[in-house]
Amino acid sequence: MNTVGQQLLNGLTLGSTYALMALGVAMVFSILHLANFAHGELLTICGYVMLGLRYTGAPWIVWVIAGIAASTVAALIMERLAFRPMRHANPIAMMVASLGLSILISYAFEAFISPRARAIPQPDWMNTALSLGGLQIRMQYILIIVVTIVALVGTLILLRRTVIGTAMRAAAEDFDAVRLMGVKANRVIAAAFALSGFLAGIAAVLIFAIRGSVSPHMGFALVLNAFIANVIGGLGNIWGAVLGGFIVGFIETGFRAFLPSNASGFTNGLLFLIVAIILIIRPEGLIAPKSAARV
Amino acid sequence: MSADKEQLDHQPNTGTEGPAQAGPSTSISKAAAATPAAAPGPILDVQHLTTRYGPIEAVRDVNIHVDEGEIVGVLGPNGAGKSTILGSIMGLVHPSQGKVLFMGQDVTGSQPETMVRLGVGLVPEGRRLFKQLTVSDNLRLGAATRKDKAVAKKDLDDMFELFPILKDRRNQLAGLLSGGEAQQLAIARTIMTGPRLLCLDEPSLGLAPKLVDAVFELIKGLRSRGYTILLVEQNALQVLEFADRAYILRSGKVQMDANAESLQDEKELLEAYLGVRD
Repeated sequence: MNTVGQQLLNGLTLGSTYALMALGVAMVFSILHLANFAHGELLTICGYVMLGLRYTGAPWIVWVIAGIAASTVAALIMERLAFRPMRHANPIAMMVASLGLSILISYAFEAFISPRARAIPQPDWMNTALSLGGLQIRMQYILIIVVTIVALVGTLILLRRTVIGTAMRAAAEDFDAVRLMGVKANRVIAAAFALSGFLAGIAAVLIFAIRGSVSPHMGFALVLNAFIANVIGGLGNIWGAVLGGFIVGFIETGFRAFLPSNASGFTNGLLFLIVAIILIIRPEGLIAPKSAARV
Repeated sequence: MSADKEQLDHQPNTGTEGPAQAGPSTSISKAAAATPAAAPGPILDVQHLTTRYGPIEAVRDVNIHVDEGEIVGVLGPNGAGKSTILGSIMGLVHPSQGKVLFMGQDVTGSQPETMVRLGVGLVPEGRRLFKQLTVSDNLRLGAATRKDKAVAKKDLDDMFELFPILKDRRNQLAGLLSGGEAQQLAIARTIMTGPRLLCLDEPSLGLAPKLVDAVFELIKGLRSRGYTILLVEQNALQVLEFADRAYILRSGKVQMDANAESLQDEKELLEAYLGVRD
């Protein structure tokens, strides 16, 4: 496959994982105004559960289901134990709490499992290739793209067609008004966290399919990129976050592919530079928070 | 609205427990207001309510009661504490002293979602519609926690009959409605929660005089459908024309409390307390 086509595919798949992460971050942010740094640890939790199951001899699909379930439950536990008691605290205080939680979890993995990366092997079929109009596409990429599309469409349907999804969209606008409809605040927030954790689990499975390993601190770098995606897309705008995720994926892939190898350490720095330029041109992000969705 | 719409088969919550427990047999359709359920006390009884924001007392030792089927006004100038009273009833703010009784049950300091499930609905000041949701999604959320889905569906049809413009615009975003339409949606959305007591916070605010009249007509009509109404308004003289009783509030205290007719005769006092003239 030619290089540009290959890099576009790399960008699309990396962007897919960022988009799913950014969507989960945005879901919680839009309702609670919490920038949840511990979102990255939801991915590593999925990874270590998959790693544990690897040693049981269970099939890969079981690792996947258990890993995603673990992320979802972990998000619910985080909400219940860490964020619910701080519900009325200042958003900065909640953000610091989430940062503390992130550090606590990542160092727990380092202390109790291993500071080094551990392999999560891919099933063999992932490296087989499919011929598509002369292009050879690895199953890995097809899996990532298909799963991402299904997850995004599923989220869209959940938000548009179900009552709890409608309540989540409404809560992003005016939380107290949702409570005046008799909808329990705790239920909406728990639903947002559950969805956020579920999407983190899916993103994690896809990321491990690309990288093939899990390490204690990988969540932090990932969550930063998810935040960048949110800022690019317009904070609080969930579909802007998805768009931002793809943009970050393409930019990062582009730098990695085309920067001279001795400059590849600048990838993240240049990414932030581009974010800064985008924000100078459009301070509210690419999709402005309130007004855009109403066109 | 005409009298023949009276068959609105509305299901108020009976307020004994949990969400939306009213069964189909508790319909209060046919002129329920005329024959209130055998409620011994008032439907709402606010006793010695004091609510503070920090060191500031927004309302002080306020006593208000509403009987089944009444329209009761809480009138007063801006900053008199009117909205704080509704917020304290609904659990949006926490009273520092006093009690709120709803149908005899002490509900002081309950969460807003609990109050809604017990049967108290609030149409908030400034309407607070979900502007990025469609009109019908706004209404659907109103019915979100009701268990009696069939009745909720019928209520939705009734709301579309009562407010035909909402039916025409049901797939539009609520943020695109005009002021009068938005107020109709705000009221319809709260009715969809199945309230027994409907509280309205400044429903005339920001509307053109003609629309103000229409909103007040609508509120009068709601009474004949079996709703008990607590109406907070600055527009005192107009409310006194159709309310049963009213409380005049100033600087967080109830200054007068009488039936609306006798208050209408107290022009000078009203002028003194409310700064109104006619």
